[in-house]
Formats: sequence, structure tokens, C-alpha cells
Amino acid sequence: MILQDVIERMQLKVLTNSSDLNHVHIYQGYVSDMLSCVVAGAPNGCVWVTLLAHSNIVAVATLLEIPAIIITEGAQPDETTLAQANEKEIALLSTLSPSFEVVGRLWQMGIRANDRISDLI
Amino acid sequence: MSLDNTNITDADAAKITRVEELAYELTVDDVMSKNLITLTPELTMRDALDIFRKNRISGAPVAVNGELLGILSIEDMIRSLRDGRIDLSVADYMTRDVITARNTDQLIEALKQFVKTKVGRLPVLDENGKVVGILTKGDISIGLLKALQRDYETEELIRYRASHLFEDIVSDHTTLILRYYVKKNDFTHGGAASNNIKKALRRLGASPQIARQCGIAAYEAEMNLIIHTNNGGILRVEIEQDKITLEAYDDGPGIPDIELAMQPGYSTASEEVRRMGFGAGMGLSNIKQCVDEMRLTSSPERGTNLYMTLYLKTPKHSPKDKD
Repeated sequence: MILQDVIERMQLKVLTNSSDLNHVHIYQGYVSDMLSCVVAGAPNGCVWVTLLAHSNIVAVATLLEIPAIIITEGAQPDETTLAQANEKEIALLSTLSPSFEVVGRLWQMGIRANDRISDLI
Repeated sequence: MSLDNTNITDADAAKITRVEELAYELTVDDVMSKNLITLTPELTMRDALDIFRKNRISGAPVAVNGELLGILSIEDMIRSLRDGRIDLSVADYMTRDVITARNTDQLIEALKQFVKTKVGRLPVLDENGKVVGILTKGDISIGLLKALQRDYETEELIRYRASHLFEDIVSDHTTLILRYYVKKNDFTHGGAASNNIKKALRRLGASPQIARQCGIAAYEAEMNLIIHTNNGGILRVEIEQDKITLEAYDDGPGIPDIELAMQPGYSTASEEVRRMGFGAGMGLSNIKQCVDEMRLTSSPERGTNLYMTLYLKTPKHSPKDKD
């Protein structure tokens, strides 16, 4: 699934200056607001759904090579967070929907938990 | 970003990719074809067709002693064939009003010309107005790809040099020590040290899996220093040929009950810290999953010392592989 398509179908607001979202492919997703759980469980290259908007989400995403974070319920990251995300080339996407709804819609689009990319090609 | 827009706004500038950066760094001279085939105006169109076919080109500048007179393209050739006047001279069919590029121009200028004018090739002139080359969109693509390849090779070289560190430097026991000073409550830079550790390990040739495990262990230790210490602490990584040792130490306040602290889900994090997504009480058990050995000592007088070792010969499975 191409990230740009996810953004369009779910009408997500792109908060970062991400330029090449047509080249980002998403196969897997993870949802949690506990950073330690994300660190332990989120696969590389997934889309992460959270209502956290603090700059630590960028650090965690960088560590795990997560290219995109969907921030739910309209939570707004501050300027520092956005600057860090731009620097690390992590797309921050915003929606007013709650995490449950976002995950449901991602699942409908074919994004799964812990699918191995090698199984898909 | 639109190429035919001469003014680049700050918003555009933030979106600039490496390829676009290269379009500003490289000049026309860097990518143009220099073995130039030029036509002279008195040649017949038939001669020109032979030259095109022999050299597999679809256009060429027309010049005498480097002085550009025009350009002849395959379209001009088709016109002469249609008119049945293939024995007329190149001068009769060439385009005289030629759009050119300067050899010292940034590549981006030439790209803008291509977008604006839809021409297939630009003759390139030097500072004296002499033809020194020709530029097609294909030359630009190849030039950019070569430049990207050079970037890649540079990074590979850095990685290669780093990974040979242990072989190149002779001693009875070589270790590389990295130290990161972690400040208390510095949430803004939280994760910076562990990301740098992960990057360093990749450069040193560690597998993505090992780098990820060390990154996760270092991240949890780093966040503990930020959240739970009096004055921050030090994250120390010692890299040896067969193992990586991570150590996090601080000067207090110490952990009153280590056994309790090790229990998954137990946390002493404040409500404020929990709101930032910490305090799941999973930090130490995450670390345990990622490393081969872990030792935690603590006292109110000496502070806390967390010691983690990863052996490189027998890689442990990642926590995500456990199911």
C-alpha cells in the first residue's frame, strides 16, 4: 500500500514537509501509546497509530525505522517535534478520528499486524 | 516542486530531495556529452541523415569552427523527406533560433529550459560562445544517477573503513568506546544517543538485527537516565570484535527494590511523564529481551549501574521473532 493512497483515502492531514510519499510503501501497522510497547513490538517500516504528539515519537520512529505516524484525535505536535520529524524524514499525519477507527480503516485497506514483507512479494 | 518556477520558497526548499540538491550542485559541464558530433551548413540533408544513422543520434548542432549557426533535429529531417528535398543543404532546414545552455550553468537551469521549451537537446556554449557539448534529458538522468552512485560509494567506503577498524589496528585487545552524556529531563533529545549508537553499529558492519537490538536496549536505558535520575548520567558503549557492552550509570537516587523494578508493568514514573508515553514499566524487560546478559546494581549512595552485553557470535532472536 502506497502511503500517499492511505493519506488520500483516509483524508489525513500531512503535518511534515514530506515530499515523496508516493515512494513509501506500507504493509504493516502498529498501535500503542506506550513507547516501550512500541519499541518492543512495532516492526520496521510500519505505520504507527498513536495519540501521542510529543517529540519522543520521532525518536522512537527513527530508532525503529518507522516512516509514518498517524496522530489521532487531533493531537497537535509542537514545532520542535515537526522540525525533528522533517529532519529525520518521518511523515507525521493527523486525523480527528480515534485510534480504533483509524486501525479499522487501515485493516480494511489490507494493512496487517506483523506481516512479513518477504511473504508479500 | 515545480522546475519551471524560478523562485523557490522556503516551503519548496524544505521539500528538496537529494536529487534536487544534486541538480543545484552539478553543472551542465559535469553531465553533458563532450564527444560532440557537429554538422556543417553546406552538408546535404542526405549526408546529415547518414551521420545521424551512423552515430545513432537524433539531432546535432550545426557549427563552423565552434561557432553555432543552428541545430538540426530528426523533425527537420522528416520535413525534408516529406518535401522530397533531401539533397538540399543542412542550412536550408536547420533551426537557426537555437536555445542553448552555458557549460557553467547549474543543472537545474538546463532542466528548467527543457520543461519550458520542450526541446530535445541543448547545445552547450562556453564563455566565448563556442560549442563545447550537447545536453539531452538522457545525459541529465545518467549524470544524476552517477552522482547518486558516487554518494552511495562514499557511504559504503565510510562503512568499509569503519568495519575494518578492528583488523587494521593491531593490538592485543582492541575496543572502541563511545560515550554519551544524557541530561536529566531532556526529553527533546531523548533517543538521540541510542539512534547514534545504532547508526555507529551499522557503520561498523553490525547486522540490522544486532543494531536494532542494541538500539532498543540503549533507548530504554537512555530514557531511564532522562526520567529517573537526579542529574542524568552516562551511556557507554564498548565495542569489541565479539561483543558489544552497553553500560548506563548515574549518581542517584538509586532503586530501592531492584526485584520490583524488574517486574514487567511496575513503574515509578510520574503522571506527567506517563502522559508523554513513558512509564509502561516495560523498559527493563524490553532490555532483557534484546541483550544476552543484563546486570543491574543500585544503591542510594552510588547510584544505579545497568550493564548489558550482546554477544556477536551467537545472535539472539529479536523480541519480535519470539512468537
